[in-house]
Amino acid sequence: MGANETVEPGARDKDFSQVDKARLLAQLARVLPAHALLVDAEDLRPYECDGLSAYRELPLVVALPDDEAQVVAILKICRELGVPVVARGAGTGLSGGAMPHKFGVLLSLAKFKRIVTVDPASRTAIVQPGVRNLSISEAAAPYGLYYAPDPSSQIACTIGGNVAENSGGVHCLKYGLTVHNLLRVRGVTIDGEIVEFGNHALDAPGYDLLALVTGSEGMLAVTTEVTVKLVPKPLLAVCLLAAFDDVVKAGNAVADVIAAGIIPAGLEMMDQAATAAVEEYVRAGYPLDAKAILLCEADGTPDEVEEDVARMKAVLERSGATEIRVSTSEAERLKFWSGRKAAFPAAGRISADYYCMDGTIPRKRIAELLAAIAGMEKKYGLRCINVFHAGDGNMHPLILFDANVPGELERTEAFGAEILEMSVALGGTITGEHGVGYEKINQMCVQFSTPELRAFHRIKAAFDPDGLLNPGKAIPTLNRCAEYGRLHVSGGHVPHPELPRF
Amino acid sequence: MKAELQELQDQVRAAAADARPIRLRGSGSKDSYGQTLAGDVVDTRGYAGVVAYEPTELVITARCGTRLAEIESVLAERGQMLAFEPPHFGLDATLGGCVSAGLSGPRRPAAGGVRDFVLGVKLIDGHAELMSFGGQVMKNVAGYDVSRLVCGALGTLGLIAEVSLKVLPKPFEESTLLFRMDQAQALDKLNEWGGQPLPVSASAFCDGALALRLSGAGAAVRAARERLGGEPIDAAQAQDFWSGIREQTDPFFDDDDPLWRLSVPSTAGPLDLPGRQLIEWGGALRWLESAAPAQQIREAADRAGGHATLFRAADKVVPVFQPLPAALQAIHRRLKQAFDPMGIFNPGRMYSENRDE
Repeated sequence: MGANETVEPGARDKDFSQVDKARLLAQLARVLPAHALLVDAEDLRPYECDGLSAYRELPLVVALPDDEAQVVAILKICRELGVPVVARGAGTGLSGGAMPHKFGVLLSLAKFKRIVTVDPASRTAIVQPGVRNLSISEAAAPYGLYYAPDPSSQIACTIGGNVAENSGGVHCLKYGLTVHNLLRVRGVTIDGEIVEFGNHALDAPGYDLLALVTGSEGMLAVTTEVTVKLVPKPLLAVCLLAAFDDVVKAGNAVADVIAAGIIPAGLEMMDQAATAAVEEYVRAGYPLDAKAILLCEADGTPDEVEEDVARMKAVLERSGATEIRVSTSEAERLKFWSGRKAAFPAAGRISADYYCMDGTIPRKRIAELLAAIAGMEKKYGLRCINVFHAGDGNMHPLILFDANVPGELERTEAFGAEILEMSVALGGTITGEHGVGYEKINQMCVQFSTPELRAFHRIKAAFDPDGLLNPGKAIPTLNRCAEYGRLHVSGGHVPHPELPRF
Repeated sequence: MKAELQELQDQVRAAAADARPIRLRGSGSKDSYGQTLAGDVVDTRGYAGVVAYEPTELVITARCGTRLAEIESVLAERGQMLAFEPPHFGLDATLGGCVSAGLSGPRRPAAGGVRDFVLGVKLIDGHAELMSFGGQVMKNVAGYDVSRLVCGALGTLGLIAEVSLKVLPKPFEESTLLFRMDQAQALDKLNEWGGQPLPVSASAFCDGALALRLSGAGAAVRAARERLGGEPIDAAQAQDFWSGIREQTDPFFDDDDPLWRLSVPSTAGPLDLPGRQLIEWGGALRWLESAAPAQQIREAADRAGGHATLFRAADKVVPVFQPLPAALQAIHRRLKQAFDPMGIFNPGRMYSENRDE
């Protein structure tokens, strides 16, 4: 460890302004063909942000390696020269996790697009990280199999990004998150060592590093290959659409479904503002007078679905649904879902900009949080439409704003921060599936104590002692939290009182 | 319970101050699992009890010393269960031991393992800090997934003080079928069925007999039973059988030879090794009672794409767990150091090299 390094990992953000760009480019040019290195500002521009476009930065250089050996070479150079590295898939992430580093290399895995094998016997697929989520299911379809996690961006997002974020989707209550559907991640450490986390059995010797790297937001290693589990495609899926005249009743209905011993394949909730927004856009036929609607899906064999649907219908009726529709065809089922899946673009249609939140709370607190959000709409003078993965308490309030109106972005950020901090106060978390990235780094200070943050930084240092992989993301430095706490004293309680103030 | 928790923290702090090894222990039901038992026992059973259980949230939170049997009975009252079907290996097995050992039972391939159901932990690390990771919600990607990292770490990273687990409703119906076939046929059939939408929830093959458990909605179980054929087993008898597999009280496990656990891809063909085998998890778990040399067994597991653990033996001169490649071993050592800088927690329980760090 150099003399100018801090002894404790993660004490403060590192300064990379001394990175020698000319030397970096010269060394990269030795290991990469010219077409795999982008340095002109106009070529860098497409990489300046991910799905969270409010935050932008140009990297020093974009590297587009063709194979694992080149990834190894790039990382070794960055390690040697002390240069930050930000790995990137399709850039669809919503938390700024793939936002470039000003003094770093943006490592695009876009060329890692090969589906290596789809093996119906073992129900696995080996894929490169740049393979799109949906194309795995498409490749598995001829065998009656599919890859279960289906984030809303699945037509564009890549499996490498899914691993980094531990992505979910609308079916995770029954089928799990990315972490439940992986067998093995092959990656390269910042030292340029190739490592395999997990294997093709159901467990691996030693610590569960597969779980640790899943959702680690590109902080621990760069993924170069992934083995995913494939599951048999259900023979049939039927969706119920239930309308409620009160959001509290809808929230309680969610709990009642679970209490009845049913695990729906999907269980989604939308409030009235959200149904109105999407109805105008896709005409899903949603009842516009309902205060909230639930989409509840059963899948399996036809007999099984029939049994589950009857059970779900009875529960929803008892819970006070004012109307229940049961899809009678695949077309109708897709129509029910079309509105939910169009929530984000619909928000984009009725508003110049929107900001998507991702807190998760215990299901029973849903109504409470919705009421609080209604209050915040008044407080900040901004509208918010609410869609939820109600089955697992993961909510996506979409705050509508116009970035061109002075002050609206700042009010939106404050609104979002308040929602996240309320999620923590309600016993939940600031991020259910989008990741911390750059966006929620300050709220991490609210969710975690100093010892916990220190533990995270030590884990990071066990993989990446110089903190070169995706610096400034996912885990806030202790110094940052002290600063945030100073600006943000809530309820007279100062977070991290043990830290010196600057 | 605050005092009991404080007591655990104090014991850790004192041990860390003297760099004195401690052995984290509940009832000791899994003492036979792992490499070496070393250090003064820190008994976790004083810190016990269910902290919160909300059936509609599908979450139970309990302290480490809580008996697994108590948790399962609390869940059963509301028609729910621990879907990973953990082995107890003793009447007083505790939750802390269950999560630390990371072992899952017959339902593992269908439902997931203990690591798939851990939502959050409270952990006392080697600095005697009580920390909270994960939480009580289904989806949570804030911070590294320490809850799953400590699952199966055999207490080498810290003392798990409290755990939140996702629970699931018990299946509406269960049924066990028996088929006569040889091992190769059984492996083929299990992998074939695994690729189909069938409600298979457990399998066990031994000595020419394949037992298959179906669980789910009544209609799904009935339809599968009709389709698959086989000989139906009486419900009470079936329950005893699966419990015998899970708890290793089945006659297969009455053997003086060392017991090996081979975790391999389900599609690995029959493993030609001396001794007797019992196959679980749709082919992905092979129990082997064998006096064959460790090297021969490890090579076979490795060739099949998996790993072999010396699960139970009088003599553990060979490494109990499959040795790791150098790069992974280095990461393990540094992680151990990160959580336990004085090397006090269960030294050598997993890998002997961790002891000297």
